[in-house]
Amino acid sequence: MSRPSTHASNTASGSLWMYIVGFVISIALTVGALWLVLARQFSTGTLLTVILLLAILQIGVQMFFFMHITDSPRPQFNLWILGLGMFFTFVVIAGSVWIMSFGAQGY
Amino acid sequence: MSTFLPHFPATFIVTGDPLIYGAEVSIVLATVGILFVLTYFKKWRWLWREWLTTVDHKKISVMYLIAALLMFFRGGVDAMLMRTQLIRPNMSFLQAEHYNQIFTTHGTIMILFMAMPFIFAMFNIAVPLQIGARDVAFPYLNAVSFWLFFFAALLFNLSFVVGGSPDAGWVSYPPLAGLEFDRGPGENFYLLSLQITGIGSIATGINFMATILKMRAPGMTLMRMPLFSWSVLASSILIIFAFPALTVALALLLIDRLAGAHFFTMFQGGNPMMYINLFWIWGHPEVYIVILPAFGIFSEVVSTFSGKRIFGYSSMVASLMTISVISYVLWVHHFFTMGAGPGVNSFFAVATMCVGIPTGVKVFNWLFTMYRGRIRLTVPMLWAIAFIPIFAIGGATGVMLAAAPADYQYHNSFFLIAHFHQVLIGGTVFGMLAGMYYWWPKMFGYMLNERLGRWAFWLFNSGFYVTFFPQYLLGLMGMTRRMYTYPANMGWNTLNFISTMGAYVMGIGFIVLVMDVVYSIRFGERDVTGDPWNGRTLEWSLPSPAPHYNFARIPTVTSRDAWWTSKQERSRSDAPRKLEPLQPIHMPKSSGRPFIMSAIFFIGGFGLVFNWYALGFLALLGVLVSMLLRSLEYDTDYYVPVEEIEQTEAALGRA
Repeated sequence: MSRPSTHASNTASGSLWMYIVGFVISIALTVGALWLVLARQFSTGTLLTVILLLAILQIGVQMFFFMHITDSPRPQFNLWILGLGMFFTFVVIAGSVWIMSFGAQGY
Repeated sequence: MSTFLPHFPATFIVTGDPLIYGAEVSIVLATVGILFVLTYFKKWRWLWREWLTTVDHKKISVMYLIAALLMFFRGGVDAMLMRTQLIRPNMSFLQAEHYNQIFTTHGTIMILFMAMPFIFAMFNIAVPLQIGARDVAFPYLNAVSFWLFFFAALLFNLSFVVGGSPDAGWVSYPPLAGLEFDRGPGENFYLLSLQITGIGSIATGINFMATILKMRAPGMTLMRMPLFSWSVLASSILIIFAFPALTVALALLLIDRLAGAHFFTMFQGGNPMMYINLFWIWGHPEVYIVILPAFGIFSEVVSTFSGKRIFGYSSMVASLMTISVISYVLWVHHFFTMGAGPGVNSFFAVATMCVGIPTGVKVFNWLFTMYRGRIRLTVPMLWAIAFIPIFAIGGATGVMLAAAPADYQYHNSFFLIAHFHQVLIGGTVFGMLAGMYYWWPKMFGYMLNERLGRWAFWLFNSGFYVTFFPQYLLGLMGMTRRMYTYPANMGWNTLNFISTMGAYVMGIGFIVLVMDVVYSIRFGERDVTGDPWNGRTLEWSLPSPAPHYNFARIPTVTSRDAWWTSKQERSRSDAPRKLEPLQPIHMPKSSGRPFIMSAIFFIGGFGLVFNWYALGFLALLGVLVSMLLRSLEYDTDYYVPVEEIEQTEAALGRA
């Protein structure tokens, strides 16, 4: 349990800074993506690539600063669940692209 | 629309239908009655201290159960009204518009506000007790989940009398549910209440996954865990990964409706079919979210009442996990007719047929568990046995529907209606009722009456066959779903009449079930042993109802069916057991904030339904302040002193 409590000493003051830093970075990544779209500085292809990169960075920030991915002494569960998450994400994205192309891909 | 002064639409309070007037009067009377009883018996403080602020998983379970039964009633009344409208051709009991609203609320309530809280009631009562934990991993979050569900259900049901019910079907496809075809606030009620309850559901999924992975008693390895807890783990995985898709679909449609965006319109590059795709990415796993815990309950019930350990435990675990992954790649079978092409349809048709394999493994394991067992035909066991033929037939018609070319015939016909009611009622509802009868003594400390329970079972079960078998035939004869009336010369009259009679029998079965609950509150046999069924898992080692800290001493587990093993050991040796000294128990404190924060969610949701943005933003601010206050709160837990534990245990007759 990572709830702050008067009895447990697992919440050092360092983690407060971790949260603040993580919060600022995640906001910056979100605002950055929005700004890139509104500013229209890049071509569509480049824009999509940059936004996707920002999204992947965002996943890393969330995992490291808020999900405490490095905290657990036994990381097996984390790896399993992350793997499953990757699989489901792949299924949703690839599946949707395939379905919504309505047979245009040829079969 | 967006002014700071509330803008009341012309139909703020729904008028014009005698049924709705009746509902309005009864809502007012029931509210006045509840307020009067609470005040007269001076129960306000009790209500607040014991229930509204509780973070105890056992009390949250009771509240989920009550809510689920109430919503079962509401959804059931909707079903009765629909069947009454269809009893004869050219009926004018309900108008077309009213019929649309009723099938929409029937579907939405039964899935999201009946099945979901029912499974959460079972999660909450059984999982911590089965795995030897003192509460869930995040008790405060658990209360937040419940109250978000509660206020979302309130918001959804409010639409019946304020503003008008949603009427675009429980799937709410655009463009029908989009602004151009559906201006009224009904669709907003649907979108916002589902969004709010969805937050609660995701939180519950996270909560129980963390509880099961992190809070098992010493010695309880994953492969010693009771099968119900395994099924909850599988269901939680699906909740965590499927619900976000619903959140996205609803949010985009809400932005379309409130802010005039074009994600799902037919103009400006929008594509309504993307909503269908996103909705079913959630929607298909959702049916497995509600069926897997039922499978877990059947495993517990069949094993307990056959007096045997479950047959093929490892294959049960493997099939649960396989189902939870495969069920994520099936969703297109809900819209084969959208025309995604033979490649797509073939893939998803084959995947759909594959999911029948692990399910078949489970059915055979239940049968082999019963084989040569010492079977006791209690009410939970009756529901479990009746489930098997219903689910087998439902599965077979499911495979028929999964054949994509044939599905062009069955799609959206009554054949489909019969199929999914067969698996959802025969699976989820039968499973939850089995679980309710099974765990009722653990929740309340007394048994439900077996005699009335049998009556309810036989009425509901036989009514089920009479209701839904004619619907397969009607579907094959061309009757489509959601039609509010039909001409007399279609040859559908007799079958529709029989189906409606069956529905009435199911309704009577439900009334007998409620009578059983009411009768047993007064006359039910008290459970003084804590183990009325001669159970096998750890929850039966505790008194009924369990003390608020559950286990005075956390048990050490040495095998599967831990309580059964320890009973066997005790019967073999007379040597007094050595008890370790009691330790102070670390427990979470009650908090009123989950209730208050969820009430603010409700107010904000209500504001957005009517485009009152000022109210919406104020509520959002309130939610943020609530969360901030929680973040800054450090006095969240306490220790139960040893003397208090000793007193409680002695009062319960335990050493």
